[in-house]
Amino acid sequence: MTTLLPVFVLATSLITAVLIFVLPERHIRLRIGLNLTAALLKIVLVAVMVAGIANQVDYEFRYELLPGIDLILRADALSMLFAGLSSVLWLFTTVYAIGYLEGAPNRSRFFGFFSLCVASTMGIALAGNLFTFLIFFELLTLSTYPLVVHRGTEESLKAGRTYLQYTLGGGAVLLVGVALMYGLVDQTGSMTEFAETGTLAAIPSEQHFTLAVIFFVLIAGLGVKAALVPLHGWLPIAMVAPAPVSALLHAVAVVKAGAFGIVRVIYNIYGVEFAWQLGVLLPLAILASITIIWGSLRALQQVEVKKRLAYSTVSQVSYIALGACLFGPVGTIGGIVHLLHQGIMKVTLFFCAGNYAETLGIHKIKDLDGAGARMPLTSIAFTLGAFGMIGVPPLAGFISKWYLGIGALDAGMSWVIGVLILSSMLNAGYFLPIVYRLWFKSRREPWPDEHIPRGRFETHGLLLWPTVATAVFSLAAGLFAAHAWSPLSWSSLIAFREYLP
Amino acid sequence: MTPILLIIPLAFAILTLLLPRNWARATIIPGLVLQVGAAVLLCIQIYHDGPQDYALGDWQAPLGISLIADGFSVTLLALTSLVAALCAVYAQYFLTRYPREQRYFWPLFWFLLAALNGIWLAGDLFNLYVGLELLGLSAVGMVALTAEKTTLKAALDYLYAALFGSLAYLAGVALLYGAYGTLSIVQLSEMAAANPTTQVALGLMTVGLLLKTAIFPLHYWLPPAHGGALAPVSALLSALVVKASFYILALLWLDVGALAVTVNAAQAMGFLGAGAIFWGSWQAFQTRQIKMLVAYSTVAQLGYLMLLFPLAIGVSEAAAHLAWQGTVLHLLAHAFAKAAMFLAVGTLVLALGHGRINDFGGVSQRNPVALFAFGLSAVSLMGLPPSGGFNAKWLLLQSAIASGQWHWFVVMVIGGLLTAAYVFRVFRVSFVQTAKHDIQETHPALQFSALALALMAIGLGFASEIPMSFMNLTDFTPSPGGSP
Repeated sequence: MTTLLPVFVLATSLITAVLIFVLPERHIRLRIGLNLTAALLKIVLVAVMVAGIANQVDYEFRYELLPGIDLILRADALSMLFAGLSSVLWLFTTVYAIGYLEGAPNRSRFFGFFSLCVASTMGIALAGNLFTFLIFFELLTLSTYPLVVHRGTEESLKAGRTYLQYTLGGGAVLLVGVALMYGLVDQTGSMTEFAETGTLAAIPSEQHFTLAVIFFVLIAGLGVKAALVPLHGWLPIAMVAPAPVSALLHAVAVVKAGAFGIVRVIYNIYGVEFAWQLGVLLPLAILASITIIWGSLRALQQVEVKKRLAYSTVSQVSYIALGACLFGPVGTIGGIVHLLHQGIMKVTLFFCAGNYAETLGIHKIKDLDGAGARMPLTSIAFTLGAFGMIGVPPLAGFISKWYLGIGALDAGMSWVIGVLILSSMLNAGYFLPIVYRLWFKSRREPWPDEHIPRGRFETHGLLLWPTVATAVFSLAAGLFAAHAWSPLSWSSLIAFREYLP
Repeated sequence: MTPILLIIPLAFAILTLLLPRNWARATIIPGLVLQVGAAVLLCIQIYHDGPQDYALGDWQAPLGISLIADGFSVTLLALTSLVAALCAVYAQYFLTRYPREQRYFWPLFWFLLAALNGIWLAGDLFNLYVGLELLGLSAVGMVALTAEKTTLKAALDYLYAALFGSLAYLAGVALLYGAYGTLSIVQLSEMAAANPTTQVALGLMTVGLLLKTAIFPLHYWLPPAHGGALAPVSALLSALVVKASFYILALLWLDVGALAVTVNAAQAMGFLGAGAIFWGSWQAFQTRQIKMLVAYSTVAQLGYLMLLFPLAIGVSEAAAHLAWQGTVLHLLAHAFAKAAMFLAVGTLVLALGHGRINDFGGVSQRNPVALFAFGLSAVSLMGLPPSGGFNAKWLLLQSAIASGQWHWFVVMVIGGLLTAAYVFRVFRVSFVQTAKHDIQETHPALQFSALALALMAIGLGFASEIPMSFMNLTDFTPSPGGSP
């Protein structure tokens, strides 16, 4: 059972994808049933594994793909953090997508690739070595492309092309990095397996320069998906995708896969201590800081809601990379916990943006005036998400920034505090005007394009409830941060195991 | 056991030629079952008992005809019967629209199989020549089936290339026979030394085989011939026929003439391969016709096979071994993927009534399975995981790292991106919803035979162990020799 559980977790979405592809377009109810059953089943399986991991159970599945190279699916504390996030957000995003796409064409194709996308994300979470990670990383590119171009319009096809140029290019760079790691450093196949505290510390010092070069090749490959400046160009353009796709891309799937990969490389391949000695963390920390500031500055200039959120993602995801570069357990906790916090906050914000667009036809920020009165629950959710991003206590984002700040001091990199403060001010600069417009400006002219009239709720129930739920999560993650099963406690467990001698 | 793989296709070739049309049709399925069954049995036998030599009529070399069944040849035999069987299933439904062509397709199909099996099993260079001639003639005949003016011209060009290629090969064979008095591959590989006669002979044979394999810049005949033929024919040609002459080329360079080839010559072969990758991909990116895109993709993919020579000659044994494994895997993966792609594209063209890529809008709704098969085969061609193509590329990359040949490393990485650039042209338009004109439904058998082949290309990514364990059952592994 302990070998097959990781396979089952992957299979729940993989088999669902196949079934959905086979199912004719018209079987709407059956498809919805399949989707939801699979999503719930996956959460249960992940929960079982989370409980097991806390009790030091090993879940591992191995299959030899090539002589000496294994496909490894393994659950450790870090993979469960990402798998947990994906499985929970998949459920909500699926519900949201069912409402969002009601009556739209090609839903079979959409949900098929949607499931495939989640399967890839799960594979990334459970990958036990670099090779397996690479496989699912590329699969993620392939399964998200059809989602980005789903609408088939000229604009989305163009965005799809840009998306591919970036992600396939990044994938090729990552392939180079992984191939170099196997070919030059790791002759036995065991050093590229993810392990707590890393695997490379014993490498003799003649090879340290090679290791540093490979580090940056790997980061360049991962950095495309993680949207590190200057590799972030695809992200704002990919915003033409349907709202649930954007939510998925920004919160769990693509950018997170990149950030998660960076965390894996630093902690589980190089080992944070060895990477620190190698001197590769400081350049990455500087790059991450530049990305944080640059993304926020660009977000300030955007007039469309989704575009502003996209640049905000560019900025926020780099907190994770920044945290991973801070040597010391507190910084580690800050980076890892933000992986989860950013996910739930960002998915909330994108759900809200989708609700405004679907219900009232609002795409531009200036049209949001007075939307708070018309759509109070959505607007409360948006406000919670935005405050969280700014880092207002007691929301989730505050926890991340607090730990990052302390971690920076521990690591002797006090300049990071300046970056955090500047970034928070910029966050406030681009989120507060929206919140102000929502609540304090009154509506004079009619809504741009009201699709869904006010009924029992302010909008379609399937759009509203996932939004509310994730907003509650981002509040709870901050409020109950000290609880034993909170994201923060789990991140502390990961950090504890990483720094164990 | 071994000669039965020649007897079955030859017997069915004659049967289908002589029997009246309806009867001939009825023999197809039994013939395929026999062929696949015999190939599988031989595989099992070789797996248990190791490589086997068989002297036809008990005449020993150098006089007699010897057949050698080792791990490599049975792998190729199994590949051939699998791909051919699925192409044949496809052809049965595809050719219902072409009653006249159907009459001649089946005899040619069986002759083609006999020629391929003969080449995989041949134990001497003259048998290989006979196989090459029979293969060339039946392949040209299949291209000419459509009897359209442009395709006939392509078939004629193909015929000239095939004939010239065989002649050059035969001249080399004659020289070797004059010098060593034997044509047995086993004996020659021990005798052939690095002298001018051997090198001229190898040079002549190499040119002939490069022409037959359509390696850049001698690829001119391939795109019109493969792009113009009927879909099942294109699939057979791209997946199997060009591999046969490559197989002989590999045999010559790494086994027969291993002592006579130089590292510089091997590097030059690699540069031809790199040229093929870049030129073929660029042409595939430019063309407007979908079948031409797939045909140019073959030109590009054959380039990867050529990288075997620089990666396996004059390097360490470990690097040569990796290159060899990678090349075999690439050969297999490309065979499955390219056959799948041609069949899928044939179905799409049938449904749309044309092959203009830019007018492919709406095809995803009516022919999703064929499009999906195209997509899966493209994954393998791009070398993206999980697929046989990825595993092959990985091994070749590792080989390039092991021997420190970074230029080939770069060529392969860029080659993968170029492949992505041209295949995504097709995906892109398939997402356009509005169809410009009527799109017909096609028979499910057409769509699913393509899908089956595509799934094999993907599945090879998980089952690479099988061909590799067979590869260990062969005497013929590249020797790292080669004088500088």
